[in-house]
Amino acid sequence: MSTRLARGGRLIDRTKPITVTFNGRRMAGYLGDTLASAVLANDQMMVGRSFKYHRPRGVVASGAEEPNALVGLGTGGRFEPNQRMTTTEAFDGAETASQNHWPSLEFDIGAINNKFGRLLPGGFYYKTFMWPRSFWKHVYEPIIRQSAGLGKVPTDRDADRYEQAYAFADVAVVGAGIAGLTAALGAAKAGKRVIVLEMTPACGGRAVVDGITIDGQGADAWVAAAVEALRGMDNVTLMTRTMATGLYDHGYLMAAERIADHTPGDGRPKQRLWRIRAGEVITATGAIERTLSFAGNDIPGVMLAAAVRDYVVNYGVSIGDRTVIVTNNDDAYRTALALLDAGLRVPAVIDARANVTGALAQAVRDRGVRVLAGHGVAKVHGGKRVTGVAICAQAGEGAMIEEIACDCVAMSGGWSPVVHLWSHCGGKLNWDETSAMFRPDPQRPPLGADGRGMVRAVGSANGMLTADAVLADAHAAFGSGAAPATDAPAEAAMEPVWIMPQGAGPKLRMKMWLDPQNDVKVSDVQLAAREGYESVEHTKRYTTLGMATDQGKMSNINGLAVLSNALHQPIPATGTTTFRPPYTPLNFGAIAGEARGEIFQPLRRTPIHDWHETHGVEWEPVGLWRRPFCYRRPGESTEAAVNREVRNTRQNLGLLDASTLGKILVKGPDAGKFLDMLYTGVMSTLAVGKCRYGLMCNEQGFLSDDGVVVRLSEDSWLCHTTSGGADRIHGWMEDWLQCEWWDWKVHTANLTEQFAQIAVVGPNARKLLEKLGGMDVSKETLPFMAFAEGTLGGFDARVFRISFSGELSYEIAVPASQGRAFWEKLHDAGQEFGLMPYGTECLHILRAEKGFIMIGDETDGTVIPQDLNMAWAISKKKADYLGKRGQERSYLASADRWKLVGLETLDGSVLPDGVYAVAPGVNANGQRNVQGRVTSTYFSPTLGRGIAMGLVKHGPDRMGEVLDFPGDNGKIHQARIVDQVFFDKEGAKNDA
Amino acid sequence: MPDTVSALNGKTYAGFVDIAEAGLQGMITLRGDLASAALAKAVKAAVGTKVPDQRRIVTAGGKSALWMSPDELLLLVPYVEAPGIAAQLSESLSGEHAMAVNVSDARAMFRIKGAKASQALQKLAPVDFASLGDDEVRRSRIAQVAGALWKSGPQEFTLVSFRSVAGYVMGLLESSARPGSEIA
Amino acid sequence: MLILECPCCGVKAEETELAPGGEAHLKRFGPGSSDADFDSYMFARANPKGVHFERWRHANGCGKWFLAARCTATLEVFGTYPAQTTEPPAELQAYIKSRRPEWEGYK
Repeated sequence: MSTRLARGGRLIDRTKPITVTFNGRRMAGYLGDTLASAVLANDQMMVGRSFKYHRPRGVVASGAEEPNALVGLGTGGRFEPNQRMTTTEAFDGAETASQNHWPSLEFDIGAINNKFGRLLPGGFYYKTFMWPRSFWKHVYEPIIRQSAGLGKVPTDRDADRYEQAYAFADVAVVGAGIAGLTAALGAAKAGKRVIVLEMTPACGGRAVVDGITIDGQGADAWVAAAVEALRGMDNVTLMTRTMATGLYDHGYLMAAERIADHTPGDGRPKQRLWRIRAGEVITATGAIERTLSFAGNDIPGVMLAAAVRDYVVNYGVSIGDRTVIVTNNDDAYRTALALLDAGLRVPAVIDARANVTGALAQAVRDRGVRVLAGHGVAKVHGGKRVTGVAICAQAGEGAMIEEIACDCVAMSGGWSPVVHLWSHCGGKLNWDETSAMFRPDPQRPPLGADGRGMVRAVGSANGMLTADAVLADAHAAFGSGAAPATDAPAEAAMEPVWIMPQGAGPKLRMKMWLDPQNDVKVSDVQLAAREGYESVEHTKRYTTLGMATDQGKMSNINGLAVLSNALHQPIPATGTTTFRPPYTPLNFGAIAGEARGEIFQPLRRTPIHDWHETHGVEWEPVGLWRRPFCYRRPGESTEAAVNREVRNTRQNLGLLDASTLGKILVKGPDAGKFLDMLYTGVMSTLAVGKCRYGLMCNEQGFLSDDGVVVRLSEDSWLCHTTSGGADRIHGWMEDWLQCEWWDWKVHTANLTEQFAQIAVVGPNARKLLEKLGGMDVSKETLPFMAFAEGTLGGFDARVFRISFSGELSYEIAVPASQGRAFWEKLHDAGQEFGLMPYGTECLHILRAEKGFIMIGDETDGTVIPQDLNMAWAISKKKADYLGKRGQERSYLASADRWKLVGLETLDGSVLPDGVYAVAPGVNANGQRNVQGRVTSTYFSPTLGRGIAMGLVKHGPDRMGEVLDFPGDNGKIHQARIVDQVFFDKEGAKNDA
Repeated sequence: MPDTVSALNGKTYAGFVDIAEAGLQGMITLRGDLASAALAKAVKAAVGTKVPDQRRIVTAGGKSALWMSPDELLLLVPYVEAPGIAAQLSESLSGEHAMAVNVSDARAMFRIKGAKASQALQKLAPVDFASLGDDEVRRSRIAQVAGALWKSGPQEFTLVSFRSVAGYVMGLLESSARPGSEIA
Repeated sequence: MLILECPCCGVKAEETELAPGGEAHLKRFGPGSSDADFDSYMFARANPKGVHFERWRHANGCGKWFLAARCTATLEVFGTYPAQTTEPPAELQAYIKSRRPEWEGYK
């Protein structure tokens, strides 16, 4: 059984007991435990079930490579699925629950798949769920989703906060094992600004577990001294609990810091995502031990040899009383020694190598442990936990030589450098034949902005597998002189073992797991090869090898080797699958950072925003702005409010917050010339104090924006744009001025937010302004399309006599900081004239009744001004304007384009928005031919009927014709083509 | 003079640093040839400083000139003086190709004060605060909006954003300055 | 995520401060131009694997447009330079040639 030993455990604090629960069972642990060490200390060997066969799964590793031990952690707003127990720190009160089982971990119905494993080979999903096609959506997918049982999605809103931060460094060192610490010290002493990232709470990596001596002192002491030295340097930032998740272009390194994962609810952010820019990145990310592929290597109790050692040394946890060690290298002997030191039994070390000569092996032999050279495991006995192993010759086919009872199997298939960060951004790998591993090719590193290498791998991450080699390699990165030296013994060469025994038949191969989370076995990969899969990327997707949440960190290499053997090609010819960030899964909250709730995205507010908020506003998003859609009175429906606002504005007086309209100042000796290029019409001839409506097109000729241009003075114009277009049009102007006509003397300034702009609209508009006093706003002094500046009711005001409603109307701009007060003044003073504020829907109806176009309704990026019967706004005399050449293209100049008309339903109803008018016949695809579409459609309270505008082929020539517009549910809407101006055609109201 | 209200009317927040919307601040955008003698003279007359070098701020007698781009300065003056100074600049530069325009109302200004002031900003802007000069103006991205910031005191930063997003920027600062979220 | 040094304000700006603007050094064809010229101005864009000249705007910064020479395959940045030019500066072209001897040169 797995249990806590009476002594040992360098990372736990035995004076600080904690309690965690696993599936409701309370378990005693200590501060410093991981969830994995805590439950293992309580004999919880089985912690989950696999994805496909629902086989029992136990902890197999002690770090980020763990494929099995995933739990749901926490409850309610702090529930998180798929938490890796080996890297999650235990804390008092942590509640965990295993995943992928039903109804319980111990008894699972899905495990029946295990009995029919023969029927679920690699590619099973693709082969079985192919047809009939309709079954996929309604039968197969729901069943697969139901039985696929990785973590459940949280149902509550995340109770925690997350944030992000930026950091900059000359050198970022990833990993604070002895390699990372050595490189960091070297860089720091060379005066570099250094950031060191360590994913665990403690520094030191494997060396401190192995207990070597460095420069005459114990590894623990050496590491502590190095950490203290680094912490004492101003140019060094050492961050623990911070995992580098990905490396991107130009030294952009992403790292996730776990701040309060282990202290939930303490008021700190749960995690902080760091966006680091590093001149150079040193990956000292170590290496990951591989599994061995023998039958039953997935049974709980079969673990990586180094993990077994970690649990004993770091946490004082023994996995079993009798541990059989299976290896192809010397390092696993350290596990035997650690177990013996802890007073545990090692019945045998089974070494696949025929000749076992290393010093570590000799040390184990010297302590009376049998070393079976040239042997392998034929089969592991046990179901929910290991009960023994059958031993065979590695060179044979698996005939049993001997059985050994044990409750733990510690396996080691050698080591794979962690090359993820190196590879994320294009670093290439070499196959190292001696150590049978892919390691970074220093000649082909990831390249930085200057085209030179921006990453160096050091230590085991660079394929150095002994402490002396690791330190020498890391020291050479920045240091000079002698590297730190150790007492670690020399190690004999490993021998690659991809399946065990070498000649294992199909029956054994079906029980050799390559991917224990996704249930991919040696036989599955071999089957894929037989079925013609050659590309490793295809095989990965076909078999799901390495596609689980651990991304195959531990055993993908075994799968690549099996595939290579099946394809009769060397491993480097097969290559690796692509390493993609993040290294381990990132929390969505960390990715979102502060961007949630109120600050999910910027909300732009006008100076009058708060007034609207307290006056029944119904908001409409316009870009990032919020504009009042309408103002509802108590008990009033939205529709009733809009109709009331329309009628009141037509009959009395309306007030509109138009502050969001773009206002761009264009000034300079060449400003007139510039605006003549920008607009389709002529702006240079506009008289000072006058306004002119203008259209802007892109170079393709399509209508892009519109608005009223005002000539403020001899050399300055104010260009109004649409609310959504202000920034875009200002950028458009600057683009042309900076990149094309850079010798033209023009300055622009975006003054959109400098002013609150308020439209005073309706028959009583002039009365209200006259009541405020201060300026002459009479028809004579301030006629239609004129502008004046002065004070109005004591406010600094620019008054534009323009109209987007057909009513007598003034738009008045005041400095934004006076906006709210001015609005309230108008609102109060206007009561005697029947003033009511109105929103954007009313604005739309007023303009549609007058047949005015709206950018974004009548235009969609494929419409030219000529389509909208606006040739009057296009200068025929100008040699050039932006879009002119585009409009000369044959398709845009065609007489057959759809043109703007008014549409009136025969029954007075409102046409659905966006519906098409059908024409006789069908097109090449068998679809009904169309001859037009609706662009704007409203109920007009003024006329008491539906009105619409639309684009219709030859429309203006077809007045009076009735078109069919098929709507939903087979209904045909019939509408007559009419003039687009529905109300006050002669413009008498505006002229008042 | 009617009631004038800054974007957030002086809202404050006490976190691990103090955040305050700084109220109404006079601001003038001045565009033109920054190398010209006429412009230098006009700036001197308007705010009493020389024309700042690239990305620098110069201050004299409570007024400042900030380098915004190769042909643009931002002048900081008392709010009530801004219209007059803008007019005066326009007048004195009337023979030049230049533009002086009052943008006081288009902006919001914030002060971030405290020993860890840079930490609150480090979470929002891709700016290397360790290498930011004492008299350097940095225009950058503040989370999802544009902004400009500089060190306005030994333990103080000033940040300028557009007025319409003042509430968003305040929300960002409240979030990043929340007690308990100090960086190490 | 790229870093480009804005030649207008000197900031080493990360990509989130910048807005991309497509291929640089396009020649505008207006009224009177042939269909072929207009077509190429409007729609034909180089898409090389290797040396490329691009427009960028320091949008969350000084607001200025500038041009950059960059390798689209390795993301090496050869240099940035002001937008007010019709072709890459000679010294930049020489530098690119030194880094990419196989480069056929600018136009």
